[in-house]
Amino acid sequence: MSGQGLLFVLALFFSLAAGLVGCIALMKRMLLAGDVISHLALPGLGLAFAFKVSPLMGGAATLFLGTFLVWQLQKKTGLAIEAAIGVIFAASLAIGAAITPSEDLAQSLFGQLERLSLPGFILGLAAVVFVILSIFLLKDQLSLSIFSTDLAAATGVRIARLDLYFLLLFSLTVLVGLRFMGALLASALIIMPSATARQLTNKLPQFFLLAVVASLVSVAAGFLLNAFVFKFSTAGPTIAILSAALFSLSLLAKAA
Amino acid sequence: MTNQLLSVTGLNVSFGNREVIHDLSFSVEHGDCLAIIGPNGAGKTVLLQALLNLIPYHGEIRWSEGTRLGYVPQKIAADRQLPLSAKDLLAAKVRFLKLPATELQSVSAELGLTDELMNTSMGALSGGQFQKVLIAFALLGRPNVLLFDEPTASLDELTEERVYELLQSLQKDRGMTILLVSHDLSIVYRNANMVMCLSKGKTCMGPPKEVLTPAMLQDLYASPPHYYQHVHEHEGERDAQIAQEHEK
Repeated sequence: MSGQGLLFVLALFFSLAAGLVGCIALMKRMLLAGDVISHLALPGLGLAFAFKVSPLMGGAATLFLGTFLVWQLQKKTGLAIEAAIGVIFAASLAIGAAITPSEDLAQSLFGQLERLSLPGFILGLAAVVFVILSIFLLKDQLSLSIFSTDLAAATGVRIARLDLYFLLLFSLTVLVGLRFMGALLASALIIMPSATARQLTNKLPQFFLLAVVASLVSVAAGFLLNAFVFKFSTAGPTIAILSAALFSLSLLAKAA
Repeated sequence: MTNQLLSVTGLNVSFGNREVIHDLSFSVEHGDCLAIIGPNGAGKTVLLQALLNLIPYHGEIRWSEGTRLGYVPQKIAADRQLPLSAKDLLAAKVRFLKLPATELQSVSAELGLTDELMNTSMGALSGGQFQKVLIAFALLGRPNVLLFDEPTASLDELTEERVYELLQSLQKDRGMTILLVSHDLSIVYRNANMVMCLSKGKTCMGPPKEVLTPAMLQDLYASPPHYYQHVHEHEGERDAQIAQEHEK
């Protein structure tokens, strides 16, 4: 399979993970906060370009460092998660903008349709499968803690550990998405499909299912549209716009 | 053989520099219904949270072996937007604790949770229905001790009555031990066989008749409580009933 083909397959798997992670983030009311997490990759991408190492490694390094800092800041200071993420985000965006070579900035922010090597594909696929399995295994603990942290803790859920675990899953999902969505749009597929699904159902299993379907449709249609019609250097914007269009349709469906 | 279920020795709980519970010691026997009363901010909820090991504390809290705790928290601000039905919530606990699937059916049948109610999202339930689901949640896993934090604070009188009937039947029929935080002294009088009062720096404990005296209540709540007390001669009837008008 060609590098482009591998990227397409990985993107489809990514869309499944993004849909599921988005559902949890929406219920935790941290969609936008989570969106900002994806920008934590920026200084890492900048450093990677500057030092000519793999952008993915650089992005991963600062993404996970930032995620850990957010978790610590929230735990130690009792700051609301959006405040903790806001502080870390503003700092990392500034550092990222300062150190990223200007010719690479657009690519860092919006992604590019690079050819994907086989090891890159396998690594990405492993990450996505890991996220999907984790969400599946943790969904009960997550539901309990979202409803009430006290009740969940009294039931035996370890809240702080679960919070960190979810933040890491979120970051891992973003990391896979960086390749074709870029630092600015990587979380579009986490936010919009879950918001779309939320319009259409009140039930948990349907909520997850609809979000995954919306995400999958956006990625598949976005990639194909871009390949055969728009031919932009990255499919990210097309995918994000399609995803937003699905959300608009869900508003109409709800109103009808 | 001792009948002791819980022993608490030298319990201290602080948040930053503020000490909420200071050097508290008490014990609870199997089958007791212990009511915890006291003014707002006296640390009643904090005590339950410490007993559940939800917050850090100093001192010793020892539950007897084989104790299974069920917890009904003070009203939860449920996110009305949450796509989580009563059934989703209860089933999540059943799966997380790997309980037999039949448990969900037996508990919901016991509490009269209809299919319609089970499929309603938590945010859309009425106060009474919501409380019922929380009690069902606590009963999953067959606890032998229930910790109840102001279980009827937001309920109308009729619903409140139902909740307490349920509570009594749990205690009598199943022999459960109940720890109950309440502001409502008439409820305390009717249900509890032991009362613990928590107030800044002072605690007292004993059967309701001994503890709930006008002098003690005045001392506990600082301002004179509005209460009435009447004595019945008949055997089997409670000898006194105290109602407090202003609760908060």
